[in-house]
Amino acid sequence: MSTLEVEGLTKQFPVASGFLTGKRGRVHAVDDVSFTLRPGRITALVGESGSGKSTVARLLVRLYDPTSGTIRLGDRDVTKERARSYRSQVQMIFQDPFGSLNPAKTIHHHIARPLLIHDVVPRHEVDARVHELLETVGLVPPEQVAAKYPHQLSGGQRQRVAIARTLAVEPVVLLADEPTSMLDVSIRIGILNLMLRLKEERQIAFLYVTHDLASARYVADDILVMYAGQIVEHGPVEQVLAEPLHPYTQLLLSAVPDPRAREHETIAVRAGRAAAAIDPKPGCRFVGRCPIAIPVCSQVTPPLVEATPLQSARCHVNAPAPEAIQ
Amino acid sequence: MIETMERTTPAVETLMEVRGLQVDYGRVRAVDGVDLDIRAGEVVGLAGESGSGKSTVANAVMQILRPPAHIAGGTVRFRGQDLTQLDAEALRRHRWRNVSMVFQSAMNALNPVMRVGDQFVDTMRAHEKIDRKHALGRAGELLETVGIDKKRLRAYPHELSGGMRQRVIIAMALALDPELLILDEPTTALDVVVQREILQQLDALKRDFGFATLFITHDLSLLLEFADRINIMYAGEIVESASSEALFTAPQHPYTRGLMESFPPLRGPKVKLVGIPGSPPDLVAPPSGCRFHPRCPLHTAEEPERRRQEEERPLLRELAPGHLVACHLAGRT
Repeated sequence: MSTLEVEGLTKQFPVASGFLTGKRGRVHAVDDVSFTLRPGRITALVGESGSGKSTVARLLVRLYDPTSGTIRLGDRDVTKERARSYRSQVQMIFQDPFGSLNPAKTIHHHIARPLLIHDVVPRHEVDARVHELLETVGLVPPEQVAAKYPHQLSGGQRQRVAIARTLAVEPVVLLADEPTSMLDVSIRIGILNLMLRLKEERQIAFLYVTHDLASARYVADDILVMYAGQIVEHGPVEQVLAEPLHPYTQLLLSAVPDPRAREHETIAVRAGRAAAAIDPKPGCRFVGRCPIAIPVCSQVTPPLVEATPLQSARCHVNAPAPEAIQ
Repeated sequence: MIETMERTTPAVETLMEVRGLQVDYGRVRAVDGVDLDIRAGEVVGLAGESGSGKSTVANAVMQILRPPAHIAGGTVRFRGQDLTQLDAEALRRHRWRNVSMVFQSAMNALNPVMRVGDQFVDTMRAHEKIDRKHALGRAGELLETVGIDKKRLRAYPHELSGGMRQRVIIAMALALDPELLILDEPTTALDVVVQREILQQLDALKRDFGFATLFITHDLSLLLEFADRINIMYAGEIVESASSEALFTAPQHPYTRGLMESFPPLRGPKVKLVGIPGSPPDLVAPPSGCRFHPRCPLHTAEEPERRRQEEERPLLRELAPGHLVACHLAGRT
């Protein structure tokens, strides 16, 4: 089983920043992002809208070329890879199960297609494999489901079809971009449980992109917190959520509705956006909203420092770099 | 619909009283027999999944149903006056002044080519005699109450972030000092930090202005934190109604319990959750009897319970003071 290793991944998009001057700027959508996806583990990538989390997933399925950085699958550098063999190993589940299926084709068609294109099984075994995949994602009886059209299924069932389709090519890495956010509350947990089962049974390496910390805690082993294009904290999910180091992680945690703490203390919220910046200056991107900032924060971009075992953060105050390096 | 009319007598005056509300979209009954009371100063939550009818209830309360949707039965009373009997002009005066509403995508409802201040002035002058200068003065005060600098009155909507635009809309909804504010998924399109910021401000505003709130959302955890009472809707009906505390500590309807089991906890022990099997029903042909029975963990093959569940519609019963549940089995097992 291979791991997916991302090192220094960076993506900048050109934008016109001056309205009349026509000056070109660059949005630093993803900035120096590194992490590893391991078989049988789910890594949550958490952030608010515009933080760059979906761009990371898109870079990994090679929908975009990175500006710099490397992506390795096992011992192979796949940074420039666009081959079918790579695509079949790294698959993506999208947010919208309504938009990703062709309304004019049956469910059977959707799942049989990747089997045929990637020559996964001999032609005469395709039907059997389609049914097997439908059963795997909990769509039973498979014969009946296969004959249906997307509009005859509920949102949750459609998302299961989308997952069965990605499984058809036997991927080693699955990137799930907010797979439950368009679904009704009562059926979301079913999709999360399915991810947990696939991780166990198929030893798939998952990247779970979400804005929902509670669901990240439910499914993930590790967590990456993204802010304005950078990973600001990462580590084992229980550890990070119990003792967050970065003030942004702390802010996110305190903002989540929590009925178990009904007498919620009013949190000091500082207006600001988690979105990626155009041509950012050196310094911490969170400095304008940070309650514990010190002068150095607005001058030097903090590096990711492992401040407690396995847990790293980009914060001069809570995760200072060792003196020797400074 | 309620089994007995004896309910705990409200100590505070009732602002909005909805009885047996039925709303049809063509042949589809989207809301079927909903009772709802909103008392002065109270935050009432209405939670449900897509298609449960929660927004339709809000639109009926606001009297802004659009054809083919129409009220097929029941009454909607505001301070005793039946709104379904009012003419268009009387309704126009009623809205904003008595009841105002903030929609999910309201932040996109601002006129893009008009300064924020002018939109305030228009709203106020449509409802009362006030000169421009005074209207702008009051608009400035309102903006400050939602945490936006009054200089922003000169801003165009595109110059504000989504969260700020939504706060402008909330300030505008409060411009005529309404007694009831309806919030329909007011923060669903926003990030969690902005959401908390806005909800905290609403909480503070409620204390200053004293308005009542009808808060509609799919996010039960929000209501458990912010509402006084919560109504749970399923397939066009209210299936449970209780104080937030009672609902959180002792939910009675299997659907409510299932919903609670659908939100993973952020703290405390990690537990395996099951959610609710199946999906919400299609209201073109809703299930017979109890509409939740095809998904219900208490659904049984044993007679005579099976017959009751599949054929008899459960009515809301008061299990404990102020705690109403529409389930054949609740409190009886």
